[in-house]
Amino acid sequence: MTLVESFRTAVDSLIANKLRSALTMLGIIIGVGAVITLLSVGQGVQRFVTQSIQSTGTNLLFVIPGQIGDEGERSTGLTLTLEDAEAIADPRNVPDVVGVAPELSVGARVERGRVGRRFTISGVTPDFAQVRNFNVEVGRFIDESDVAVSARVAVLGADAYERLFPEGEYAIGETIRVNGIPFRVIGIMERKGGNAFGSEDDNIWVPITTVHNRLFDLRNRRGERLVTVIYVQVIAEDRMEQATEDITRLLRERHNIRFRDDDDFSVINQADLVAVFGQITGVLTLFLGAIAGISLLVGGIGIMNIMLVSVTERTREIGIRKAVGAKRRDILLQFLVEAIVLSVLGGALGILLGWAGSLAISNMSESLDTYVSPGAVMLATSFSVAVGLFFGLYPAYRASRLNPIEALRYE
Amino acid sequence: MAEDVKAALQARQERAEGSTAPLIRLENVTKVYRMGTVEVHALRGVSFEIREGEWVAIMGPSGSGKSTLMNIIGCLDQPSSGHYWLAGVDVGTLNDNQLAEIRNQRIGFVFQQFNLLPRATALKNVELPLVYSGNAHQRRERAIAALEAVGLGDRIHHRPNELSGGQQQRVAIARALVNDPDIILADEPTGNLDTKTGAEIMELFRKLHEERRITIVFVTHDLDIGRQIPRHIWLRDGLIVADERQPAEVGEDGRNHDAG
Repeated sequence: MTLVESFRTAVDSLIANKLRSALTMLGIIIGVGAVITLLSVGQGVQRFVTQSIQSTGTNLLFVIPGQIGDEGERSTGLTLTLEDAEAIADPRNVPDVVGVAPELSVGARVERGRVGRRFTISGVTPDFAQVRNFNVEVGRFIDESDVAVSARVAVLGADAYERLFPEGEYAIGETIRVNGIPFRVIGIMERKGGNAFGSEDDNIWVPITTVHNRLFDLRNRRGERLVTVIYVQVIAEDRMEQATEDITRLLRERHNIRFRDDDDFSVINQADLVAVFGQITGVLTLFLGAIAGISLLVGGIGIMNIMLVSVTERTREIGIRKAVGAKRRDILLQFLVEAIVLSVLGGALGILLGWAGSLAISNMSESLDTYVSPGAVMLATSFSVAVGLFFGLYPAYRASRLNPIEALRYE
Repeated sequence: MAEDVKAALQARQERAEGSTAPLIRLENVTKVYRMGTVEVHALRGVSFEIREGEWVAIMGPSGSGKSTLMNIIGCLDQPSSGHYWLAGVDVGTLNDNQLAEIRNQRIGFVFQQFNLLPRATALKNVELPLVYSGNAHQRRERAIAALEAVGLGDRIHHRPNELSGGQQQRVAIARALVNDPDIILADEPTGNLDTKTGAEIMELFRKLHEERRITIVFVTHDLDIGRQIPRHIWLRDGLIVADERQPAEVGEDGRNHDAG
C-alpha cells in the first residue's frame, strides 16, 4: 500500500469518527494555540522593551549614581553634580560628546484649582529635549534664560496635563502651584509612552536651577549641586565605548576616587540595557513557552490514549484487513498516519487559534503589540508532528502486531 | 464479464487441464496450541490434496480442528509440523509479509460473521483487497464488476447496516472474488442466514464454481449444506476420519443437478 493510500484510509476513518477525531484534536489545538499565543506575547514584550529603550534617544549613555550589581553596598545617595555634567560637556575632557543633559527628579505636591496630587518634578536644562529626543507638543520648552534666572516655569507631561486640566482647557500661561509656589505653564510635552524607566508622561519639567534654588537645595559636602542622572549623547555608535572610558576616567578624577576603590557612579550603555532586558524577557518567553509546551504534551498523551482505544475498538477491522492481505507495515502506517493527520490538522487549527488569540491580546492591550514569529509557527508545527509520530507509534505498533485469527474472532 | 477476468479464467482452465499437480497439498500437518501450561493438539497429522476447480467441504463437529485447518489453508496460520504446499509453494517457509501477499493474491475469505468494515460502503469493502495489492488500475471498475457478479450492482453505495444479511454475505463474496483468487475459503457462510437466504447464497457459490471453475473450500457442520457439495473431508479430534465423494448427487461434469 502506498503512502497516499494510507493517507486516504486514515482520513476515511477519521471522517467516519468525526466527534472523536475533533475531541482528540482539541488537545493539540489548545496546546499549539497556547504555544503560539504565549510566545507571541513574550516576543511582543521583548520588542516593546527594546523599542522603548531605543526610543529614549540615539547613542545615549546614562550616568547614574552608585554601582550597578552590588545592591547591598550600593549607596543610596546622589553622587553626581551639575559640575560633573558641565565637565563631561567640555570637549577637552570627552571629545565624542555632542550633548549632555543633567536631570534632578524630586517628588512634590502640585495643585491647580481643586486638583492636587504628588508629581515627579524633573529639573532639566534646554539640552534635555534634543538629547532625549523628547519635544514639546504645545508651547515651548525650557530655554537658557529660564535656567539663568531660575524661572518659575513648568512644562507638563501629556498625562500630567490631563490630570491638572481635566476639562482640556488651554494650559499655556495658566498657573500651577508646586509645594505652594506658583509656576507658569509654558508648554506641554508630546506623549512618549512607557519606556525602560516607566512612563515619563506623568512628569512636570522645570529648569534645573529652579529645583535647586526654590524647591530642594540638594548639594554635596563641597556645596556642588546634585543631580539624579546625566544623559550623554555620543556622536556615533562606534564611539560609545571610548566615551564611556573617558567619562569614567574624568568622574573618578573629579570624585577623588583612589586607584583601588570602586566607582561611585555607573555609565550605562543603551545596548547594555537592551541586552539585560532582552535576557529577562527571553526567560519570560521561555517560561511561557514551557507552560504551553506542557499543554501540548498533554494533548499528545490524549492522542495516544484515543489511538489505543481506537486500536482495541477496531481489532476486528484490523483482522479483516490482515485477512485480505494487509501487511504489518500497512497497518502500522495506517494508524501512524491517522495519529499524524490528527496532530498536524490540530496543529494547523491551533496556529489559527493562537494567531487569533494573539490578535485579541494585541487589541485589548494598548501598549503591547504581540508578534507571531515564523519561528514560533515552525516550532509549534514541528512539535505537533513529533507529538503525533511519538504518541502514535506505540498504538500503531500494537495494531500491526495483532494476530489476524484472534483479531477476527474479537467481539 | 471484464476482459481480464476472462483471460484469467482461460489461464486457469489451461493450468487445470495441463498440469496434474494439486492446488493444495497437505502432508502430515499438525498444529499444537499452548494454552498456559496445557498443550492443545488441534491437528494431529492431516494429509490430503485438493485439485484446481474442486469444491470441498471440511466437515466435523466443533472442536474437531476444522477451524484450525481452515486458518492454515487460508495462510492465516502456519503448521507446527508437516508441510502445506499452495500452488507448489511451501507455506511453512514464508514470513509474515509473504503470507499476507498470498492471502491477498490467491485466497478469498467468506466468514460466517460477514466481517465487513461497518463504516465503509459495499464498494469500499470490495475494493479493500485491491488497496493492499498495490494495483490501483481499474480498482473501482473491478470492484463494481465483482458486485455485479453477486447481483448487487444496484447496492454499491450502501453500508453494511443498510443491507440484509444475505446482501452482506454477497458483498463479502464479491470481496473474496475481486482479486480473482485461486481459492475461496468459506467458514460456515450460511450459518448466520435463514434457510431461504442460505439457499440463495449456496446457489451463488454453485454459479461461481460452475462459471469460473474457482476452487472452493467450505468449512461447515451443517449436513444439509454438505449434501450439496461434491467432496467431504471429515475431521474428528484433529484427524481425517473420512474423505468421500458423492457421485450420486453430482454429475459426470462435476455439476450438482438436484440441490437447491
